[in-house]
Amino acid sequence: MKAIVTVMPKPSVLDPQGAATAEAMKHLGLESVGRVRVGKSIEIEFPSAPDEAKLHEIARDLLSNPVIEDYSIQIL
Amino acid sequence: MKFAVIRFPGSNCDQDCLRALQTFEGASADYVWHKDSSLAGFDVVVVPGGFSYGDYLRCGAIARFSPIMAAVKKFAAEGGPVIGICNGFQILCESHLLPGALVRNRDLHFICEHVHLRVENASTRFTRTLSQGDVLRIPIAHGEGCYFADDATIEKLEAENRVLVRYCNARGEVTPEANPNGSRNNIAGICNEAGNVFGLMPHPERACDALLGSTDGRAIFQSLLSV
Amino acid sequence: MSDPAITPELIAKHGITPEEYERILAILGREPNFTELGVFSVMWSEHCSYKNSRPELKKFPTTGEKVLVKAGEENAGVIDIGGGWAVAFKMESHNHPSAIEPFQGAATGVGGIIRDIFTMGARPVFSLNSLRFGPIEGDTPEARTNRRLFAGVVSGISHYGNCIGIPTIGGEVYFDESYSGNPLVNVFCLGVLRHDQIARGGAVGVGNPVFYVGAETGRDGLAGAAFASRDLTEESKEDRPAVQVGDPFREKLLLEACLELLASGCVAGIQDMGAAGLTCSTCETASRGGTGVEIDLALVPKRETGMTPYEILLSESQERMLVIVKKGQESKVKEIFEKWDLPYAQIGEVKDDGFMRVKNNGVTVVEIPARALADEAPVYHREYAEKKTPEPLDLSSLAPVYVPAALPRLLADPSIASKRWVWRQYDHMVRLGATVLPGSDAAVFVVREANRILAATSDCNAIYCKQDPREGARIAVAEAARNLACSGAVPLAVTDNLNFGNPHNPENFLQLREAVEGMAEACREFSTPVTGGNVSLYNQNPAGAIDPTPTVGMVGLIEDPAHVTTQAFKQAGDTILLLGELGDELGASHFLKVLHGRKAGAPPKLDYAREKALHEGLRAAIRAGLIASAHDCSEGGLGVALAECCLSAEPQLGADIDFGTTGLSPEVLLFNESQSRVVVSVKAENVGAARTLIEKHGVPVRVLGTVTAGPGFIVKADGTTFEWDIPTLHDAWANTIGNLMA
Repeated sequence: MKAIVTVMPKPSVLDPQGAATAEAMKHLGLESVGRVRVGKSIEIEFPSAPDEAKLHEIARDLLSNPVIEDYSIQIL
Repeated sequence: MKFAVIRFPGSNCDQDCLRALQTFEGASADYVWHKDSSLAGFDVVVVPGGFSYGDYLRCGAIARFSPIMAAVKKFAAEGGPVIGICNGFQILCESHLLPGALVRNRDLHFICEHVHLRVENASTRFTRTLSQGDVLRIPIAHGEGCYFADDATIEKLEAENRVLVRYCNARGEVTPEANPNGSRNNIAGICNEAGNVFGLMPHPERACDALLGSTDGRAIFQSLLSV
Repeated sequence: MSDPAITPELIAKHGITPEEYERILAILGREPNFTELGVFSVMWSEHCSYKNSRPELKKFPTTGEKVLVKAGEENAGVIDIGGGWAVAFKMESHNHPSAIEPFQGAATGVGGIIRDIFTMGARPVFSLNSLRFGPIEGDTPEARTNRRLFAGVVSGISHYGNCIGIPTIGGEVYFDESYSGNPLVNVFCLGVLRHDQIARGGAVGVGNPVFYVGAETGRDGLAGAAFASRDLTEESKEDRPAVQVGDPFREKLLLEACLELLASGCVAGIQDMGAAGLTCSTCETASRGGTGVEIDLALVPKRETGMTPYEILLSESQERMLVIVKKGQESKVKEIFEKWDLPYAQIGEVKDDGFMRVKNNGVTVVEIPARALADEAPVYHREYAEKKTPEPLDLSSLAPVYVPAALPRLLADPSIASKRWVWRQYDHMVRLGATVLPGSDAAVFVVREANRILAATSDCNAIYCKQDPREGARIAVAEAARNLACSGAVPLAVTDNLNFGNPHNPENFLQLREAVEGMAEACREFSTPVTGGNVSLYNQNPAGAIDPTPTVGMVGLIEDPAHVTTQAFKQAGDTILLLGELGDELGASHFLKVLHGRKAGAPPKLDYAREKALHEGLRAAIRAGLIASAHDCSEGGLGVALAECCLSAEPQLGADIDFGTTGLSPEVLLFNESQSRVVVSVKAENVGAARTLIEKHGVPVRVLGTVTAGPGFIVKADGTTFEWDIPTLHDAWANTIGNLMA
């Protein structure tokens, strides 16, 4: 089994990396680009179904920083 | 007075902190390994700069969970002075010993240069040998030093006089141009509510020797020593 | 899975010539298997064997009273700095990997050179780098690519150096069309150690266990050494697996663990796994130790499954070391690796039979005499073209230049402009040593461990080398020594990085030969032995070879903190002196390149006696406390040098200069690049004493004018007055690179 934790900067947090990426996309001809946010995706493999409560705890405390980031978990 | 310099794997200003502290009369310093869990016998804790655990995931995120940080939290809760410099500031924020977070510099580049800091509160144990309004010239060296917190936190920090140093120009004016990394309110360093935990992005240990161009950092360590 | 059969095509694909293959048959007394063929191909590549350059490299002086470990003996040479302390330093290139993936290419280059230094038992204390890119101005695809390469290389160096906590304190960056698509990334690292701490890379002590420590082996960087020994072509981009990914955090742990390990006395020999990875470290330690080494690949920590012996042996995964442990000390060694959370394994032992023997689960897959493999690679005496003297420059053929516009043009040329955009990204202050920040003639660093002040610089003017490689290489050494003298230092030794085109082209080989001979001669003149270095050939792009770039890295010692001198003018009212002649040589100058778009004429002539007298006179005046600032005249001549002295002051200063009657045209006067000249400023009351002392060394001294508070930079010569505005010049000089890269 696999869990994918997606960590994204909170909408209120400045994301210079996203802004720079948007600029680069415009330079490459994608004029219509709107806001770009850069986050990260963490892939975790499990031999069997993971303890979801524990996974949420870890996603909140370790994988993301609630001051600046939101996370979501997808279990495949 | 005995300083504990915490060493995480990836700390790289640990040796500099120790060396700088050894130049102060009345100060002794020793390393404490991240796998240790006791701070017995130490009077001050220094969380030095570097790239603890490679700064993987987020700066300071993994260091937060190392055994020694439980001891640092306990030490701070008992009123012991803790100073976090650069990566140490990031670790203190991640550990919730200080509010807010440090995110990527506005221009996305790592920045290493001397900056000016205005002392905003000279009544803490970290700044008491200084005067409010003093301008210090101290280097920064970071890629993620942009201080961020939500509006309520910023208001609270300002209202409680917990912003100890702010980026300014050589004349002491706090301007957008003098803000090297995009920090909110030009914040360079803050303390906790109790006033015994201080985190700052600039490196006072790099400004303790005239050969290196500035001795303005000495006042911060001197404040800790002048009980 | 069975190995492919050894066919002439497979042999050719491994870059092994039919003659070389005959030699392999003779060494083995049989046909090599597929894995062995791979092993020979990397060990006999130019990158590992120097088979094309070795006869030339023998021309360098390598001995001297301060040399503790000679070039070639170990990973890096070691030089005495007194008080029982020594320094190990070396320069290495990562040109090809950086062309393909600039960030990782540069980062792993830094990682590699740092490993070379701590392998010697030295604690790395600072780095420098010498970088060359194609032009970054304009909106052409080439310019965009060059900017991407430049930005990527700088951030790769910044990432690795900053993270591991070794300050990058200086270096040089040049831009020229010959480097388009083939940038040069030469990285230098210096470490400090006590004489009794010198670690050796020999597998000594039969029966001693062989440990592997560091990152797990993966398929990254397969056969990078062979890759670096070919021309870069359009298809090279397809060779992406040849690029490794660096992990500075892992290397920091490895560094601390290895230094702790070496201090524990458990180590008999140590060698890093750089180019050609496990292959190179195994056969080189055996060859150096006069022993054999046997390892089993099944024991090697691996990151991927299903790796073949060929892949494991040729992998260039980063951050790995081979450690020969004194038998009986295994548990102490394991304790240190565990403390630092490093993967490790005992993978074999030292044997007495002279073979590099590799097993896989007990089955022998490689069995080659170690010495033949490591040290008896074929040596080629390449054909070289006949030497041509450069066409003399006909000044009357040049279109007239409007001098008031020429100075700002030169100052805004990216090769001359301030590199603050670059070094601001490097943590140059960690380790509490950077006494002179990047941007002055040489970087100056206090080595706290040894309580010594070192100055270091890297130099090479490739236009000179293109026009006359011998003279250009001599000047590179002289300029490095001059930069050190300007900083108050006495030169100790040199490391070099020889960057040239494909050696099979006789024109390119002539350049290599001429440059080596010029450099060797100059090193003898300045008593700076060569402690080692690196050769990077095959630096070509589709338009041809790069300009020959024999980079010199030189290290010197400053006796007293009071002698530390920088290029910036210090205060208004100080007198400006020129030490040396006004000069008149405009050949191969930056002025010609920038204002006329030409690399033409002969480079300036170097006169050793004059140059050495200048250094002695300058150092004597610095020691006497008479010099406020000192800056050498190099690219852009006196005009640029004087302007830089004003512009690098904080706050900026101006100058009033009066040359009187010179009989020279203003462009020749201001922009000629004649050698052996330094601009100094002295307090007005010290002019007489400085002049007398310096002239006593046979160096002409001419009063040029006065430092002012600005904002004018005013130059009078032969009845004409030029007046520039310092803030305008500062903008051109300080912001050009940042603006281009924004």
